[in-house]
Amino acid sequence: MKRFSLTSVLLASALALGVTTTAYADAGDSPVLKRIQDKKVVNIGHRETSIPFSYMDSNGKPVGYSIDICMKIVEGIRNELGNQDIAVKFVPVTGQTRIALMANGTIDLECGSTTNNLTRQKQVSYLPTTFITGTKIATRKNSGIKNVNDLKGKTLGVSTGTTNEKVLKAYIEKNKLDTKITQFKDHSQGWLAIETGRIDAYGSDDVLLYGLISKSKNSNDYTVVGQFLSFDPYAIMVPRNDSTFQRLGTSVIANLMSSGEIDGIYKKWFEPGPTDINMPMSETLKMAFKIQALPN
Amino acid sequence: MNYNWDWSVLISEPYLGWIVSGLGWTIVVSLLAWVLAFTLGSTLGIMRTSSSSLLNGIATTYVEIFRNIPLLVQFFLWYFVFPELLPDDAGMWVKRELPMPEFTTAVIALGLYTASRVCEQVRSGIESVGVGQVGAARALGLTEWQTMRYILVPVAYRRVIPPLTSEFLTIFKNSSLALTIGVIELTAVTRQIEEYTFQGFEAFTAATIIYSLITFFVMWLMKKIEARSRVHGMIGSGG
Repeated sequence: MKRFSLTSVLLASALALGVTTTAYADAGDSPVLKRIQDKKVVNIGHRETSIPFSYMDSNGKPVGYSIDICMKIVEGIRNELGNQDIAVKFVPVTGQTRIALMANGTIDLECGSTTNNLTRQKQVSYLPTTFITGTKIATRKNSGIKNVNDLKGKTLGVSTGTTNEKVLKAYIEKNKLDTKITQFKDHSQGWLAIETGRIDAYGSDDVLLYGLISKSKNSNDYTVVGQFLSFDPYAIMVPRNDSTFQRLGTSVIANLMSSGEIDGIYKKWFEPGPTDINMPMSETLKMAFKIQALPN
Repeated sequence: MNYNWDWSVLISEPYLGWIVSGLGWTIVVSLLAWVLAFTLGSTLGIMRTSSSSLLNGIATTYVEIFRNIPLLVQFFLWYFVFPELLPDDAGMWVKRELPMPEFTTAVIALGLYTASRVCEQVRSGIESVGVGQVGAARALGLTEWQTMRYILVPVAYRRVIPPLTSEFLTIFKNSSLALTIGVIELTAVTRQIEEYTFQGFEAFTAATIIYSLITFFVMWLMKKIEARSRVHGMIGSGG
């Protein structure tokens, strides 16, 4: 066994030396790595209010679960390029700007709470799934709403343009619930509307709902109810057409998963996490981490 | 640029339908807000030039408040704060029973803000007519109201057509802020298409062209109005 691995290492190094003499400490055929090597900086796109994935702490510094994973990828980039001096620059992005900024090369990685889907893959590529959530609704405990069907004749708030809006609208139409839908620009305005009694329930990804509740003044008054209406795997976004860079990111994340390091990062942000969100890791996510822990 | 262009998204359903409906809301919100802004703004503009210090004071206060608060903040205040200041029942009515609350609030917020700007245009128009004509009118025995009605206003409105055109154009562009309180107008629709398809460049290009077409049409319309209302031998008739 020992001898075998020694041979393979020798063989691999011989191949590496022979075929691509500069494979180590080089950007290779990756335009993104080349850009990072030239400018000596990795530009990370981050969200400002996606708690606890990517948000600003009290010092105005971007922190969160996705940011921690991205910092591991930055380490991977530094090792790949053999240059420990590569700096990190944080660029704030929103749901509307993330694609544009990635397409025009402003950001190299987007570390937020972005759902991976096939339509979006026409524009960008994704690293392995790092979180799994889905659409649910939050409501006041005394509202009498126990699941989505109880929304009959009630008012539901959603954030404009989200995948949640799409599935909730479809569900309400299909089941003829006669629910009035009010749209909001972002989660904070939607939450303000539920607090001021303008709406009876607010629909979003369950993890974001737990985050909103944990931040609200009377967090004991609210609860998340209902079955999952959609399946939203979150993943870190990388530019398309750069399989070398994508593979580098994938290998970093796969290693985090196989070494179990990702469990520690998860614990730090979710159990209970700095914002008291208190979401133990779901069985689905545990399984996803196992499956995505590709061997080296 | 590392981007996958796909213009067909603009003419495929449901996105085409969204754009059409968004355009409709932009036009309806803007026109209704303009009716409110023009009526209220004209009244306030005339009040600001009146000799009554009470009327003048009311109009001045109005202008100072509405012109100095950012429009985005005003939308927020009308939508979220105003209902909380009302008695509970009335507040609840505004939040739940008011027909199309986002739309109504948007028209009111945009209309009241633009009224303060129209007011200032009308006032400057009236003041530009000059004391000579006012003196002459009063000497002939016209009352202040008659001077206003027959001498000042007819001249003033012709003079302020160009700046009012700008306000009219601005109201279409400002209507895009209504998306912050949930009116699904043109800009909101483009953002929605962006989120659904990630084809934001195409959607925003379409919005840019549509807004340009609206403003070109408004400019053409106002030119027509200016030409129709022209009185020969007066200032502005040469142009």
